[in-house]
Amino acid sequence: MTAPAGIIGQRLKRVEDRRLVMGGGAYVDDIHVAGELHLAVLRSPFAHARINSIAAERARQMPGVVNVFTAADLGARNGPIPSPVWAPPALGLVERVAPFLQPELMHVLARDRVRHAGEAIAAVVATDRYVAEDALAEIEVDYEPLTVVSDIDAALEPGAPLVNEDWPDNVAARFVVEKGDVDAAFRAADRVVTARLTIPRSTLTPIENRGVVAEPDRRSGGLTVWSSTQQPHYLHRALEELLGIPGDAIRVVAPDVGGGFGVKSMVYPEELLVPVLALALGRAVRWTDTRRENFVSAVHSRDQRHDIELALRADGTLLGLRDRFVVDAGCSNIEGLVCPYNTAAHLPGPYRIPALRIESLTVLTNKVPNAAHRGAGRPEAVFALEGALDVAAEALGLDGVELRRRNIVGPADLPYDVGIPYRDGKPLVLDGDSLGCLEDAVEAIGWSGFRARQDELRLAGRYLGLGFASYIEGSGIGPYESAHVRVHPSGRVVVTVAAPSQGQGHETTLAQICAASLGARVQDVRVIQGDTAALPFGTGTFDSRTAIVVGNAVAVASAQLKEKVLAAAADALEVSPLDLDVVDGRIEVAGSPGAGLTLGQLATRIGPGTGRLGAAGPGLEVHSGYELPSIPFSTGAHACIVEVDTETGEVRIEHYVVVHDSGRLINPLIVEGQLMGGLVQGLGGALLEELVYDEDGQLRSGTFMDYGLPRSTDIPRVTLLHRESATASNPLQVKGVGESGVIPVAAAVVGAVNDALRPLGARLATYPVTVDRVLTLLADAAARPVAERVAV
Amino acid sequence: MHELPITVRVNGSPREAVVEPRLLLVHLLRDVFGLTGTHIGCDTTSCGACTVLVDGRPVKSCTMFAVQADDLDVMTIEGVADGERLHPLQQGFYEEHGLQCGFCTPGMILAAMPLLEEPAAVDDHAVRRAISGNLCRCTGYDNIVRAIQWGLRAASQADGPRTPPAEPQAL
Repeated sequence: MTAPAGIIGQRLKRVEDRRLVMGGGAYVDDIHVAGELHLAVLRSPFAHARINSIAAERARQMPGVVNVFTAADLGARNGPIPSPVWAPPALGLVERVAPFLQPELMHVLARDRVRHAGEAIAAVVATDRYVAEDALAEIEVDYEPLTVVSDIDAALEPGAPLVNEDWPDNVAARFVVEKGDVDAAFRAADRVVTARLTIPRSTLTPIENRGVVAEPDRRSGGLTVWSSTQQPHYLHRALEELLGIPGDAIRVVAPDVGGGFGVKSMVYPEELLVPVLALALGRAVRWTDTRRENFVSAVHSRDQRHDIELALRADGTLLGLRDRFVVDAGCSNIEGLVCPYNTAAHLPGPYRIPALRIESLTVLTNKVPNAAHRGAGRPEAVFALEGALDVAAEALGLDGVELRRRNIVGPADLPYDVGIPYRDGKPLVLDGDSLGCLEDAVEAIGWSGFRARQDELRLAGRYLGLGFASYIEGSGIGPYESAHVRVHPSGRVVVTVAAPSQGQGHETTLAQICAASLGARVQDVRVIQGDTAALPFGTGTFDSRTAIVVGNAVAVASAQLKEKVLAAAADALEVSPLDLDVVDGRIEVAGSPGAGLTLGQLATRIGPGTGRLGAAGPGLEVHSGYELPSIPFSTGAHACIVEVDTETGEVRIEHYVVVHDSGRLINPLIVEGQLMGGLVQGLGGALLEELVYDEDGQLRSGTFMDYGLPRSTDIPRVTLLHRESATASNPLQVKGVGESGVIPVAAAVVGAVNDALRPLGARLATYPVTVDRVLTLLADAAARPVAERVAV
Repeated sequence: MHELPITVRVNGSPREAVVEPRLLLVHLLRDVFGLTGTHIGCDTTSCGACTVLVDGRPVKSCTMFAVQADDLDVMTIEGVADGERLHPLQQGFYEEHGLQCGFCTPGMILAAMPLLEEPAAVDDHAVRRAISGNLCRCTGYDNIVRAIQWGLRAASQADGPRTPPAEPQAL
C-alpha cells in the first residue's frame, strides 16, 4: 500500500474550532442529566495515617445531603480490581530483561489507611455541590498519623516504614538492561565522568480539571459515563470488572476534553466512585474536581535521580554508559514499568554507545502516584544523558557540539539497532537522521559565531550560554487500533475511532487521512471518537500514537471502503471497476465526464429498501484495523541561547531552536502547534514548575499561585524547523510528534545555563532554574576555593 | 441560607435569579443560566478560563459573587458572535490555530476584547499583557497572540474608513 497523497500534508484549518471558539464545546462539566446529584470527596489531610473511625451521621442529617459513603459502604464495589492501565511487561521484555514488578490493585476509597495527602476517604452526595462541600466539613475522621516516607532515600532505608504493608520493602520495580561488556569499556576508557542528576516532580495540569457524570440506564441495566479521560475504553474495562455488569450495558464517552498530557491517561478512583454511586442511588451523579483537589489527587510525573557514568576515549568517542536511577513512584506504582522502562530505552538516545548497563529502581513514598505525563520517562533520560555529555565535553576540553557530532547517529549508520529491547520487547531500531537534525540546530542557533560573542560579553560581565540536546522518541505503542468508515446517503463520510482527542485535532487530521484514502472531500468527513458505544474496543490517546496507529487504521479502512465503493459503483453503472475512480466525493467514469455519481448517491442506491445485498456486505461501510509491525522513532535536536543575570539570578532565553523529524507531516499547522505547545510545557518545567513536598508529605506548591505555569509574557523567540525523513515503518510514513516538543527542553536549557556559568565554577544538576536556585548555586561556587571551582 | 433576588443583563438580555449570597458569578452563568462556554480551571483567580466582561471590563467570574453582578451588564462567550457570524477575534483563533483543546479559548477571547477599543495601537507586547492573566497549557501562546492580532486587524479594517470590510472566510 502506498501512502495517499493530495490532502495529506496540507495546512488545513481545524474542523473542531468553530464550536469551541463560540463557547459551544461540550466538556464533561457542561453535560447535565435530569435529576442529577452532586458529589464531593473528602480527602486525607495526612500523607500517612491509620483511619481509626469515620463518623458521618451529622453530615448525613444535613438538609440536601442524600447520603455519605465510605469504603465500608461500598463493599465489594470498593475493589480491589486490577488496574487496566497497569500493563504487565511484554513477553519479549520479560525474556531479555526479566524485570521485577510488584502488581498494583485499585481501590475506590481508602480503607483503613491513607498513603498520600489528598487520598479519597469518603464521598458526600447531595442535591447541590455547595451543600455537598458544606457536608464534608461535618464528617469526623479519627486519624492516627504514621511515619511519613518522604523521599527515595527514606524509602530505601533499612527498616523504613512500608508504604504498602503487604510488601517486604518499598521497592515497586527493579530491572537491569545491558548491552556489551560495559566494565571492559570503562577499563579501556581514557576518561570517565560521573554525574548525579535529578529530575524534579512536576505535573502538566490541563486547564480543565477532571470530571465524571454517570447516568443509570434502566433499559440496559447498566449506565452511561462521561469522563474527561484520554482512555474511555480502559475506564470501560475497569467498570465492567468492578461493577460485574456486561460491558455492552456500559457506555463510556470522552466528550470534549480540555487537555490531557497524560494526567488523564489513567483510571482514577473518582471515575469508578461516581458510577458506583449512581447505580447505588438509581440517579445520575456528577463530580468535577477543584484545582486544589487536582493537585493532590491527579497523577504527578518525572521525579527521578540518576547516577550516570560515561566512559570515553580522549577524542570524545563514547565507549560505555552506566546509569543507576531511582524513580519516586509516590504511593502507588500505578503504571508499572511505563516510565522507568521508557527512561532506560531512551537513555542512549541517538548516540552510538557500544556498551550499556542501566539499572532502574522504582520505590514508593507517601506522595501522589507518579505516572506518564507528556514525554513519559523520555525527558528524564535526555536530561541525564545530555547532562553527562556536557560534563564529558568540559572534562575533555571539547565543545559540546563536537562531542555530540562524534557520537550521534547519522545517515551512514541507518537503520541503527540500539541493541536493547524496546518496551514492547522488540528491537529498538532508529531510522531518523539525528545528525542532520543536530546540524540544522547548530546552523539555526548561530553556533559558529557564538563563542566569540560569548567571550566578548563575558568581559562586559554578561553571561551567555549555549545548550544542545538531541532526542529520539519511540512513539505509537500498539499493538493495533481499528477504524470504522461509512458513507451515509447524505454524502457524509463518518469515521469512527476509539482514541479521543484532548486538543490534538483528530477531527481534522483523521478526516484528511480518510479523504485522501477514500477520495472523499475533507469537509464531508466527520470523525467520531472516544465513545465505547460507537466503537467498543480500543485503547486511547497516549504515547504519541494516534496519527500512527489510528491514522493508519483510518487509511486502511478508507482504502478498503474505496474498493467496495468501486465494486458497487461498477455494478450500478454497468462498467468495469478499472474504469472508475473516486475524486472529491464523486465516482468518475474514465472518459465519460459527468457519467458518474456521488458517494451519497451510491450509498442511497445500494441501501436497504432500495438496493441489493451484495457479496461485500451491507451498505458502504468497512471496519478494519492496523497493527504496527514495530515502533517508529522520531528524532530531533533542540538548541538555545540563554543569558543569566548573575546579580538577580534571572535566566532569559534569547533564542530557542527546535528541529524535529517525525517523518511525513499530515497537517503541518497541527504538528507545529503540538511542537510549540510541548516546547512551552518544557520551558515551564525547566524554569518554573516544581511540586515541592515537605518532610510531612504535604504538597507546598499545590495551587497555580505556587506552581508557576508559563504565561503569555514568558515566551522566547522560537525557530521551528522540520525534517521529513522517509520511513518504511508504516504506510502513512508518519512518526509520533505529540510528546516530542517537551522531551529535550530541560536538558537544553540547563545545558545552556551551565555553559553560561562555567567561568564562575557553577553547575546545575537539577531544575527548575529558578532565581533562588541560581543565586544559591552562585553563592556556593563563590564560597569554594578557586582551584576547586575549575575542576570538573 | 438566605437568598436574594438579582437581575443581571447577560449578553444584552435581563436574566433574573434568586441566589444564595455565596453563589459565584461563574456558577450563576454556568449552572443557573446554562451558559457553559465560561469555564472553570482553578480556584485561585489564576487561570482566567472563567473570564467574562462585566460592564465592558474583563473579570474573572470565579472571583465575583453573583449578587455583585446585580443590575450590571455581563458578556459571555455566547454573546460574542453575531448570530452564526463569528466575531473577528473568534475568526482569528480559527485562522491562526490559536486553540487546541479550546478550554481556555473563551476566556482568552474575552480578555482580549478591550484591545478592540484602539486596535491600531496594539503591539505584540500589549496583546501578551492583555492575556497574561489567562493560562493556556496547549498552544504555547504564540498562536493565541497571532490570533488576537488577526482579529484586531480584521476588526479595524471593518471599522476603518478607507479599507473595505474583511469578510471572514466561512469555517
